[in-house]
Amino acid sequence: MKSKIALAFDRCKKEKRPALITYTVAGDNSKSNSLKILNKISQHADILELGFPHNTPIADGGQIQGSSYRALKKGIKLKDVFQIVKKFKKTNPNKPIILMGYFNLIYQCGENNFLKNCKESGVDGLIIVDLPYPENKLFARKCKKKFISFIQLLAPTTTKNRMRQIIRDSHDMIYYISMLSTTGGKLKVSSKKIIKNYNNIKKINNKINLVIGFGITDKNIRSLKSANGLVVGSLLCKIITNSVQKRQNPVTNLNKMIYKLKKEIS
Amino acid sequence: MKIKKGVSLIDQHDKNFMYGGKFGGNFIPETLKKPIDDLTKLFSKLRREKKFLSERDYHFQTYVGAPTPFIKLENLTDRLGGAQIYAKVVSEANGGAHKIYNATVHCLIAKRAGKKFIVGDTGAGYAGKMLSMAAKKFGLKCKIFMGAKDIKRQRPNVEAMKKNGAEVVPVTTGSQTLVDAVSECMRYWVSNCDLVHNCIGSTVGPNIFIKICAWSTAQISRELMIQVKDEFGKIPKKLKLINCVGGGSSAAGFWNEFMNTNAEFIGVEAGGPKNSKLHAAPLTNGSKIGILHGAAQYVIQDKEGQIGSTESISAGLDYPGISPLHCFLKDAKRARYTSASDEDALKAYELVSKLENISPSLEPSHAFAEAIRLAPKLKSSEVIIVNSCGDSLKDKDIIKQRLGSYIR
Ligand SMILES: Cc1ncc(COP(=O)(O)O)c(C=O)c1O
Repeated sequence: MKSKIALAFDRCKKEKRPALITYTVAGDNSKSNSLKILNKISQHADILELGFPHNTPIADGGQIQGSSYRALKKGIKLKDVFQIVKKFKKTNPNKPIILMGYFNLIYQCGENNFLKNCKESGVDGLIIVDLPYPENKLFARKCKKKFISFIQLLAPTTTKNRMRQIIRDSHDMIYYISMLSTTGGKLKVSSKKIIKNYNNIKKINNKINLVIGFGITDKNIRSLKSANGLVVGSLLCKIITNSVQKRQNPVTNLNKMIYKLKKEIS
Repeated sequence: MKIKKGVSLIDQHDKNFMYGGKFGGNFIPETLKKPIDDLTKLFSKLRREKKFLSERDYHFQTYVGAPTPFIKLENLTDRLGGAQIYAKVVSEANGGAHKIYNATVHCLIAKRAGKKFIVGDTGAGYAGKMLSMAAKKFGLKCKIFMGAKDIKRQRPNVEAMKKNGAEVVPVTTGSQTLVDAVSECMRYWVSNCDLVHNCIGSTVGPNIFIKICAWSTAQISRELMIQVKDEFGKIPKKLKLINCVGGGSSAAGFWNEFMNTNAEFIGVEAGGPKNSKLHAAPLTNGSKIGILHGAAQYVIQDKEGQIGSTESISAGLDYPGISPLHCFLKDAKRARYTSASDEDALKAYELVSKLENISPSLEPSHAFAEAIRLAPKLKSSEVIIVNSCGDSLKDKDIIKQRLGSYIR
């Protein structure tokens, strides 16, 4: 049986466009708003990444740090993250949700317990920022057993040989990091160069669903639209930050942006 | 958990770079896999290369200054009336602390790697000061990440960094101390790993940084071994080596050559203010294993795995984690760990500075506090050696504020 993530990519391919993948932090800027945001943006987004916040995120830039900080300050716990997913899935059973975060939270929760909670709430996939290949093999296998996709990352520094191994051990989707950067950096590589790297990875295995992320905004998303999917994260976190500062509703502001992004790539 | 015979401490890990199967590893973003692999290969080659070793020894001799003095603290010994107390005065090394060893070696490696730009983190400001010195000497551009709180409380070292031409980047996230400086430095490295060499300031972080750092500070115990044999004719039967531990680099270097002797190792963590729940002593206070800065270790954290706040008068010890090497030494029961409070450290600083010709900074004052506590209970045939790995000058402001006056 195909996973919901795989089905989402199939639908986008039929429509000849990349999947629009959003990243927001669970609990930003509150538990209830976070759920409202997911409900709203799922009208235009194809796959939703939901960050479970950590207070020492070594691979995240200012925007996502800010969102995580806001969420933690509101007291968000893992059990709340799973609650948000569960409630979302009640009304959107087919929209794939991928949890993204750092390994220490899973380590403290216990791998099996964490996966059990994922299963019960309806999580479709996991991205663990600081659990790279091959150290992730055991955990990835546990995910597979539970039909949860373990999504791995490739970076501009990843060697060809290593890419082959990672791709061979991959489920449903692979994430290509566009440039040397934490999240939220300004795109410092040309879109042309990124697409060239992207195509080289696809040559290793054309069947994989390869998405690009880091540095993508409404200004540059169109130039990357030949990819299978595009992830927008920091831009969305920034919109929440700005909305909070201006005392505006983050849900409406975000939705406007998602609509715009979708139009750019359709 | 057991220490393997005939294998040096830094090489006790398994194929996943874990010590005792539980501590260390490389919990890092994909982007850093290749740079860390490259550095691992380069270091493993260099540490076997005669030319590199003689380069290191040459700079340790002529630039760092080897050996640093080993002295008996006669007045302190007399005053306490118990064990004989000695100090290895590592603060006499160029720059005033053990951080010079790691900084020098990292600059030599960066040169070999063809890098022209080096970055590092710092808490007390010594790691940053030394890196800025060494970078200047070896012609590398240098950038130092330092918590905004630490910039305020360790002014003399910040001035030194700037004088050496380094850019000091204030880190204003989180607690604005060492933990945030290390995070921000790693982020910077993620974004610039093609051109920049990273020097983590202690035996923490991904495995290779732990190895390079402990390999560098091992110079301390190489010297000490000779000095001890000169002084006593052999290694004393009852010998205690007491060292403060923040990340754990000076302790690892102080103990390394004595690993297979019967010397007792005592690590002293920062207990924080006497009346505070906060501390920086994960080993003493039974913190659980978690992942911080790319490595599994005992770390101050909450149930969920959020890294906890710390507090210590000593910026150099004010870190929620501890080197995987020390976690391993603790669980293998080769070393034991305890803590000293802010107040105990201040008292120890005062007593040592009054009685002796040395004046330890607040970090080694934690180790002296334990020595002062233990010595009266021991026989005069027993020997305590404290690593006096920093000079109090950098803490002048804090000491003045807390004790009313500063002596050195
Ligand atoms: C003088 C001194 N001692 C000790 C430390 C603690 O670090 P480590 O435990 O790595 O030696 C520092 C750190 O800045 C320091 O400056």
